[in-house]
Amino acid sequence: MSAQTIENTEATSERPGDETPVLEVRDLTVTFRGFNGNPDVNAVRGVSYSVRRGEVLGIVGESGSGKSVSSMAAMGLLPDHAVITGSVKLHGEEILGLDDREMATRRGKVISMVFQDPLSGLTPVYTVGDQLAEAVLVHNPKATKEEARERAVRLLDLVGIPNPEGRYRSFPHEFSGGMRQRVMIAMAMANDPDVIICDEPTTALDVTIQAQILDLLRTAREETGAAIVMITHDLGVVAGFVDRMLVMYAGRPVEMGTVDEIYYGSRMPYTMGLLGAVPRMDLERQGALVPIKGTPPSLTALPPGCPFAPRCPIAEPECSLAEPDLLPVGGQPSKAQIRAAQEAGTSGGAVAADTGVQRVACLRSGEIAENAWTAQDIYPIPEIPEVPAAKVRREDRAEMLRVESLIKHHPLTKGAVFKRRVGTVYAVDGIDFDIREGETLALVGESGCGKSTTLMEIMGLEKPQGGSVSVMGRETSKMSGSDRFALRRDMQIVFQDPMSSLDPRMPVFDIIAEPLRTHRYPEADTTARVYELLELVGLNVEHATRYPSEFSGGQRQRIGIARALALEPKLLVLDEPVSALDVSIQAGVVNLLEELQARLGLSYLFVAHDLSVVRHIADRVAVMYLGRIVEIGDTDSVYTRPAHPYTQALLSAIPIPDPEKERARTHIVLDGDLPSPANPPSGCRFRTRCQKFVTLSAPEQERCTSVEPALEATNGGDQATACHFAERQSVL
Amino acid sequence: MSTIETSTEPAKAPTVPPAPNRIKGIASQLLGTPRVIIGLGLLALLTLLAFVGPLVSGWEVGERDYAALFASPSADHWMGTNKTGQDVWTQSTAGLQKSLLIGLLVALLSTGIAALVGAFAGYFGGITDRALMWIADLALVLPSFVILAILAEQFGGEGGWIVLVLLLAMFSWMVTSKMIRGMTISLREREYIHAARFMGVPSHKIILRHILPNMSSLLIADATIAVSTAIIGETSLSYFGFGVQPPDISLGVVIADGSKYANSDWWIFAFPTVLLVILVLAVNMIGDGLRDALDPQSKSRRS
Repeated sequence: MSAQTIENTEATSERPGDETPVLEVRDLTVTFRGFNGNPDVNAVRGVSYSVRRGEVLGIVGESGSGKSVSSMAAMGLLPDHAVITGSVKLHGEEILGLDDREMATRRGKVISMVFQDPLSGLTPVYTVGDQLAEAVLVHNPKATKEEARERAVRLLDLVGIPNPEGRYRSFPHEFSGGMRQRVMIAMAMANDPDVIICDEPTTALDVTIQAQILDLLRTAREETGAAIVMITHDLGVVAGFVDRMLVMYAGRPVEMGTVDEIYYGSRMPYTMGLLGAVPRMDLERQGALVPIKGTPPSLTALPPGCPFAPRCPIAEPECSLAEPDLLPVGGQPSKAQIRAAQEAGTSGGAVAADTGVQRVACLRSGEIAENAWTAQDIYPIPEIPEVPAAKVRREDRAEMLRVESLIKHHPLTKGAVFKRRVGTVYAVDGIDFDIREGETLALVGESGCGKSTTLMEIMGLEKPQGGSVSVMGRETSKMSGSDRFALRRDMQIVFQDPMSSLDPRMPVFDIIAEPLRTHRYPEADTTARVYELLELVGLNVEHATRYPSEFSGGQRQRIGIARALALEPKLLVLDEPVSALDVSIQAGVVNLLEELQARLGLSYLFVAHDLSVVRHIADRVAVMYLGRIVEIGDTDSVYTRPAHPYTQALLSAIPIPDPEKERARTHIVLDGDLPSPANPPSGCRFRTRCQKFVTLSAPEQERCTSVEPALEATNGGDQATACHFAERQSVL
Repeated sequence: MSTIETSTEPAKAPTVPPAPNRIKGIASQLLGTPRVIIGLGLLALLTLLAFVGPLVSGWEVGERDYAALFASPSADHWMGTNKTGQDVWTQSTAGLQKSLLIGLLVALLSTGIAALVGAFAGYFGGITDRALMWIADLALVLPSFVILAILAEQFGGEGGWIVLVLLLAMFSWMVTSKMIRGMTISLREREYIHAARFMGVPSHKIILRHILPNMSSLLIADATIAVSTAIIGETSLSYFGFGVQPPDISLGVVIADGSKYANSDWWIFAFPTVLLVILVLAVNMIGDGLRDALDPQSKSRRS
């Protein structure tokens, strides 16, 4: 830290006692004016919170709940057409309504922000170091360029960029996503701010990188003593990282309290539903997830009462009369009082400041507390029947899909006219697995490990570059064109992105009817079949004439599932089917998938990076790393006793939505990023990041670097691991 | 649906509504838009004018009234006469016949070729892409005007305008096709295209059913612009005497003739130009409405 910075921090520390919160937001509302006759959007409606030094406040909510907008408003980063009211105080000084130039002296210095998307956070035409130095210089005009440069190098070192001197001159595109996010954090820390607002800082990153970034944010807090406002939708991240949390719904805080109070004693049905909807990686048999019916209300036309009432399982008529205020548990007015107030035409609206006790915006909070209700008590949990095939032993069940040493290499070429091959991307490099009838195999791994390529190779039904793919005992490379066409009936795919998986120009009816028409299903039966499918996935008949843009993400995913099921396939390939959905919606889709599997006897190949969902839905799991399977086995063994160091690290990196467990865990944090699949390390591919490798003796290390380990059974049963020094141990 | 026995769910069968008809939906949407109605009305009026106009004026096409050179509009000559005493009304409305046909046909043809070539090149890539784009590049570098001029003269005479339509379309699709190729390449990687492929839909159907409809805004905009471009292109050819050959006459010829007198004897120029403007306006209105009707995200659409 340079002399100037220290001086500056001392200058700003004339705060009136440590009792004043660093950042205090009171009754903040943000309205986006509608243009061209569109209605106004009430994005934030009365948010109050305060953060003290060194405290971490989590703001949790689903997409569209106003959590990002409220913090952008506090930073003064919203466009001019947003109407902001309320008060935002930084060290007791009102900053709402300051003009842009005055805000600029505070932004980055007293209050700074880490954004979600590290790809667009840095200017591509300046070096990373220069951008960091600029952040230092802007607030220290007296500092020389040399000092700024030194500070930038030190910051790069602090956030764990290897070789900071050399990387100073790198351009953003030379950094991976995780490293760019580190630079963003370095930039946010550059001037020792008092508040750092993190807007979903890890959402775009892989789990092992997420663990690194969370670690780094902890360091940042210790280093600067700053208060952190953590905005996220990930209840696991919140459990281990924050002290107090605020749950938002439809632009309003609905519950506030310490993490433990909320995780173990939530009194708001919405929060309870959210917590019940999260698949848990640490629980053996969780049962069906808690689905919250319906979708969040539109922020342009909110119902008069509690915005959650239409989705709430325990809503009462009074709930839709007036919106409940955020009050301590049991402190809500009685039903009679509400009715009286409604008749008199008055409404509450007392704004309570953030006092630090748990507060809930629910009329029945007292009742919930008295009866100690949990999500399972108030939400109707769907009954999911057992898979009939599960009674038969695995070996006796029919084989649906077998992949043997499948290889897919992409050539790397250079030159426009004369293309010459300069390298090979080993996207999929020899993988084997099989799926039996009525079984779910999950393929997990970080982005770039080749899991999507594997899917495309399987679905393409072409002759693979190497190895073989057999569907229902028939090898695809030996099939004729018409056989291949016929086989497509039996295997269908559901995609990740519900936005782009449906043709926006086709009404839902035509989308679902397309596979039927393609396979010459009798036209007369097509109509009936489409409506039957709509009903099967929980949509209404009148939805048939609408277009995809009129549906929410969860509904679109249901349409995608209906389309995949149209031809009654036996094998369904699911490419991250729930990763783009909000937690409460995700639970509904996961339940639907489980129910369909049981009712229709489907086999699933489930590709995911979310290991919690996998634990919930899969029977067997295969972990991929750089185009290879490193561990495969039944879900319970792999999760409870992982043998490969990568599986252990992966499982350990995932935050569990349980504050006590999460605090007690020690995470294995992997070093560095995934190596490029164009240039994988020799021998064991994981050795460059392996936490075990460093503990081995020299001859043992030699073996890792020279001999590539093969998949070998580790527990005499179904579990197999590709590691020379496999050792089963629990990490959850 | 109701005529077929549904043995699986006999109880539910009556409640199942019939399959929605997409084309019917789009048609009713189109006819519910005032712009489209006005556009179609204008187009119908122009067509009527083009065929009835020359008959009611009392003058033959090409007939000269030597008593009235450069006559201003009067009861005798509704829109005046030009330098050789031809009736401007008769000439313009007769010219409109050919221009309507040329404009609309060239627009349809060139946009159609562009769409198919671009989409096939972009979707298949590889050899197909290279071959088609090589042809497009070739057509771009050829001196189209000279070729048009030479060929148009060769095929002059009765029915020569059809050759002209083909030639004009042949030399106006390239730039659009390159644009469409680029869009196809980005659309090709969308998941709904993968989904269609994985359900076994043949490639040409994927292009026609998924790729081209998703570019309809661009195609319609391109086609509406192409109408006026084609009419003007034909005009410039005619100006040099290569386009529509006498005794055929086109709006372009009439406008080109009149443009010299736009300042002194305005009527010779004004009337055919107004006809052209109305024609382009009508086509634009229809195109606009069509784009809205086809786009499920457009605001005016409410189901």
